[in-house]
Amino acid sequence: MSLLSVRGLSAFYGSFQALFEISLEAREGETVAVIGANGAGKSTCLRAIAGVLPVPPATVWFGGDPVGGRPAHELVARGVVLVPEGRRIFPSLTVEENLLIGAYRGRPGPWSLARVYALFPILAERRRQPGPNLSGGEQQMLAIGRGLMANPRLLLVDEISLGLAPAVVRGIYGVLRSIAAEGTTTLVVDQDVSQIMELAQRIYCLRKGSVSLEGRPAELTRARLAEAYFGV
Amino acid sequence: MAWVDTVVQGLLLGGLYALFATGLSLIFGVMRIVNLAHGDFSILAAFLAVVTVESLGLHPFTALALIVPVMAALGYGLQRLVLNRVLGRGILPPVLVTFGLSIIIQNALLETFSADSRRLNPGGIETASVPLGHDLAVGWFPLITLAVAIAILAGLQLVIDRLPVGRAFRATSDDPETAELMGIDNRRLYALAMALSLAIVAVAGVFLGIRTTFTFASGPDRLLFAFEAVIIGGLGSLWGTLVGGAVLGVAQTVGAKLSPGWGVLTGHLVFLAVLLFRPQGLFARARRVA
Repeated sequence: MSLLSVRGLSAFYGSFQALFEISLEAREGETVAVIGANGAGKSTCLRAIAGVLPVPPATVWFGGDPVGGRPAHELVARGVVLVPEGRRIFPSLTVEENLLIGAYRGRPGPWSLARVYALFPILAERRRQPGPNLSGGEQQMLAIGRGLMANPRLLLVDEISLGLAPAVVRGIYGVLRSIAAEGTTTLVVDQDVSQIMELAQRIYCLRKGSVSLEGRPAELTRARLAEAYFGV
Repeated sequence: MAWVDTVVQGLLLGGLYALFATGLSLIFGVMRIVNLAHGDFSILAAFLAVVTVESLGLHPFTALALIVPVMAALGYGLQRLVLNRVLGRGILPPVLVTFGLSIIIQNALLETFSADSRRLNPGGIETASVPLGHDLAVGWFPLITLAVAIAILAGLQLVIDRLPVGRAFRATSDDPETAELMGIDNRRLYALAMALSLAIVAVAGVFLGIRTTFTFASGPDRLLFAFEAVIIGGLGSLWGTLVGGAVLGVAQTVGAKLSPGWGVLTGHLVFLAVLLFRPQGLFARARRVA
């Protein structure tokens, strides 16, 4: 039984079509990767799932219900939480206040301030500082921590490694592993394939708004992946 | 001594202006729109007080217990049913809607209450005063007004700094889309902000009605003074609003002391001077809610 099921999803920005009937699945407890080059439609796909884009109800199913086009705040209450591209830390809030905003809906679950601080000790040290004072890597930790505070059933992470140093990216992926070990279903978007291949149980490659390849990492060869990614 | 008296009266008048300005500042901070009907809502509240005082025989202060919740409910409904429908299409549609509301409220008040000027009678407190030295006395009522303004500002600051709803106000003000992604229903939050704004302006309207006479058309002037207080104090700073109100109040009383017709004009001139020499206001803080 899939927790998330995207069926024939198309999405438009005005007259520009960004997604062409894509379908994907995430089972309970799975880590799913969506990869692809710039402009392939990865972020659009995540934003449609999270309720930012208006899409027909039957194109996105969550926990057995059609939820396409439901407002984002309602989806958060159901447990669909997006960590947006570019972190989008609230600049006038402190680190701790940013985390508390994540818990706004008060969904019950394993995550609390103490648990998030245990996962990211640096955030505990900087709890009183304004969000924008953090480095890029710390801001990504804060964005993920803020998402966890909502106690998601499905955590969507957009462009997880964009603009971060390789050592920082390894740290973030280490944390994703612990989150997955908690049983939280995660759907991660990245342009960098190397780390995500080791983490994910299922991979979707998008190209020009369509799924160009899907499968389990073990089944995919470098050559097939390169072809699906770049179209060469 | 007469000049000291003038300045003290101006400072106290600033308390009233701060009451008007606070709700305006809150709405601008959370939603980035200016409510052009803000002053008219205060006059509506003053007329509601007239009706309550005359029909139920209540003291104007007691009537507040009725009027504040009514105005808050009106603000919530107004935001949910009207203003939320025109959000997200640029800043002009909501501003035009509030402009229309301003005209509607004024004409509805004219139809209902005629063009006569009214005043609320608080039973003598408006003329009672505390002597401070042999040449100086301060009215009880302006003192109460200032104390109420400070209490409301402090309370609002506490809500914004400490309570989850205040945190949500700040988050939505920073980045409405990401706030939605964190589970905040912006439209409901906007309705809460408007409820809070009209609750505060209801207090301002009733205090205005005790202090001076008002007519159906008194709203736009109140909006202008509130706006000037917000700009002088600096957008986004609640305590700046109080200082802005005080500066405007002192400018007006000093101007009126120089020549009876110069009060309002002097206020506008000080406002223009602030716009020219310190356009960010005296206590500007970039992108903060109210």
